[in-house]
Order: sequence, then C-alpha cells, then structure tokens
Amino acid sequence: MKARWLPHPALTLLLTLIWLLLNNTLSFAHLVLGLFLGWAIPLLVRGFLIEVPRVRKPLKLCLFMLKVFYDIVVANVHVAKLVLGPKSRLQPAFIVVPMEIENEFVLATLTSIVSLTPGTVSAGLSADHKLLILHALDAPDADEVAAGVKRNYEAPLLEIFECSRT
Amino acid sequence: MPFWIELLVSVFLVLGSVFALIGAIGLYRLPDFYTRLHGPTKATTLGVGGIVIASMIFFSSRNDGLSLHELLITLFLFITAPVSAHMLAKAAMQQKLPTVEQTHGKPWD
Amino acid sequence: MLAYVIPFCLALLGLAAVLSVVRLVKGPDMPDRVLALDTLYINALALIVLFGIWLASDLFFEAALLIAVMGFVGTVAVGKHLLHGDIID
Repeated sequence: MKARWLPHPALTLLLTLIWLLLNNTLSFAHLVLGLFLGWAIPLLVRGFLIEVPRVRKPLKLCLFMLKVFYDIVVANVHVAKLVLGPKSRLQPAFIVVPMEIENEFVLATLTSIVSLTPGTVSAGLSADHKLLILHALDAPDADEVAAGVKRNYEAPLLEIFECSRT
Repeated sequence: MPFWIELLVSVFLVLGSVFALIGAIGLYRLPDFYTRLHGPTKATTLGVGGIVIASMIFFSSRNDGLSLHELLITLFLFITAPVSAHMLAKAAMQQKLPTVEQTHGKPWD
Repeated sequence: MLAYVIPFCLALLGLAAVLSVVRLVKGPDMPDRVLALDTLYINALALIVLFGIWLASDLFFEAALLIAVMGFVGTVAVGKHLLHGDIID
C-alpha cells in the first residue's frame, strides 16, 4: 500500500527529473535537492492532486506516445495544406462523440490528444462527462472522424489505463 | 562547429519558423473563430517545438556538454496549448460566435 | 550558414507576429483577440529562443520559460473571465 510519507512516488521522480532539467546538470547536490523538492511538493499539495489510474501496460503506453507524436507531425502538415489552400473548399463541422471513459485524468489526456492531432479541436464536454464536442477543420464525413477518434485514441487509452468503462 | 550540425540546426530552424508562420497565416485568413482556432493550437506549437529542438542541438554541440533544459519549454507548450484552446472554444460557444455557413452540425449553447 | 539562416527565420517569425497583431486589432470578437494574444506570446517566445541562438547565449532560456508560463496563465485567466465573468470560482 502507499506509504503516508511518500504518497506519489512517480510524481516525486518526475519532479526530480524536471528539477535536474531546469538546472541543466546531473550533479549530486542538485539530485539531492531535487529529490527533496520532489518529496516535499506532493506532500504539500496532495489535497489538490487528482487520482491517476495505474498504468497496466507501460510498453504499450510508450508505443502509444510515439504514435501520438507521429500523428501530431502529420496533423501539422495536413493543417498547413488546408490553411494555405482555398478557403471555400473547407468543410468545417461540429461533431459530437460519445465517451466511454469515466476517469477525469484519462479524459483530460484524451481531449488534449484530440486537440493536438488531425484537424480537430475539443470544444466542450457535457456536464455528465458522457459527450465530447469537437470542431473539425475539414470533415466531409463527420461519422468517420468520430469513429477515428474512438478507434485511434480512446480504445488504446482504455486498454493502457486501469479504468472502468461506463 | 561541424558542418552537419550546422545543417541540422538550420533545417530545424527553418521548419519551425515556417510552421509558426503558417499558424499565424491561418489565424489571419481563415473565415470564423472556430477554424482560426486550429492554426495556433497545432502549427504554432509545433513551430516553437522545432526551434527549441534546434536550440537544443546548437547548445549541446558547444563545449559545455549536453543541454536538455529547452525540452521543458516544448513539454510545457504541448501540455498547455490544448487547455487554452479548449477554454477559448468554450468561451466562444457561450458567446454564440457566428460560424461560417458551410459548417455542418451546431455548437452547443 | 547559420549567419544567413537565423536572420531569415527572424524575418519569418516577425511576419508571423505582425499577422497576429493584425488579427488582434481586427477582432472582431473577444475570443479572437485572446487567441491572437496567445499566438503573439508563442511567437515572441520563439523569437527569444532564436535570438539566444544568434548570440550563442544560454541566458535567454529563463526568459523564454517565464514567457511560456506567464502567457499560459494570462490566457487561462482571460478565458475564465470570458466564461464566468470572474477569474476565481
């Protein structure tokens, strides 16, 4: 079980890494200071932290991150073409996608990924977290976009994180 | 500095600047707010990412060892850009900003 | 080569900043202006990083990071103001 004096070991490591990056060094003194900050900050702000679900498949998470990064680059080339092309050919659309994810953290991850990848920006979430509305820059087929989001990003996230389906 | 590092830095710099410019062009010429939102969130973020990677390569190739702290800027931008875009889209939907006429579907109230 | 590439990139980014200023002035609505400001600070950040490469000085990193943090906080604060009419709820 989680120890009371070290509630978030992963967050501690992350903060230490960020501290080392910020100082651009690997010296022992900064490592100790970083570990201290990484230990103290989660303790001080634990009331505000949201629950992060356990990662079930770390390897799959890495592959998924690489794929998302690749998609971001492709999305940018795509958007660049649309931006520089003729304006009258654009077919923007509002698309409502039903969500299966309940967990807040995973939902936030999904909306961020959707905003950064092909031609879509997340524009709103219904109060009960069941529907997500997207704006697509160029979507001749709205159902295809919604299905793509569910297939490419929602299904892998549900598989990677330990969270319940609704 | 060896020639190939200079070449690599130049390629990343030019790519980054072109993407940042495309983002700004999108902001300038697209017809309504929701379409304009796409330029800055994607193109500009990646553009800054490219420039920051160029900076990372440049400072790492100089004498004082690896320099990775520029990564923090990229990381921060990639986390924050979707958040601000989402927020502005929500504000725009609440204010019922006009959409361009060929838009399919409707924004929420 | 960098002596030619960097001024060229500075010109491109300067043009990008000018375009966002045009959008900032033209509007027509509040969210458009906030979006233009958002783009403007990101462009300024890129310009500062580029300037740091030009002068081969590592000191500009802190300035760029501060602009990134402050710009995000500013955008979110104005966004919340547009949504709810106040910032802290």
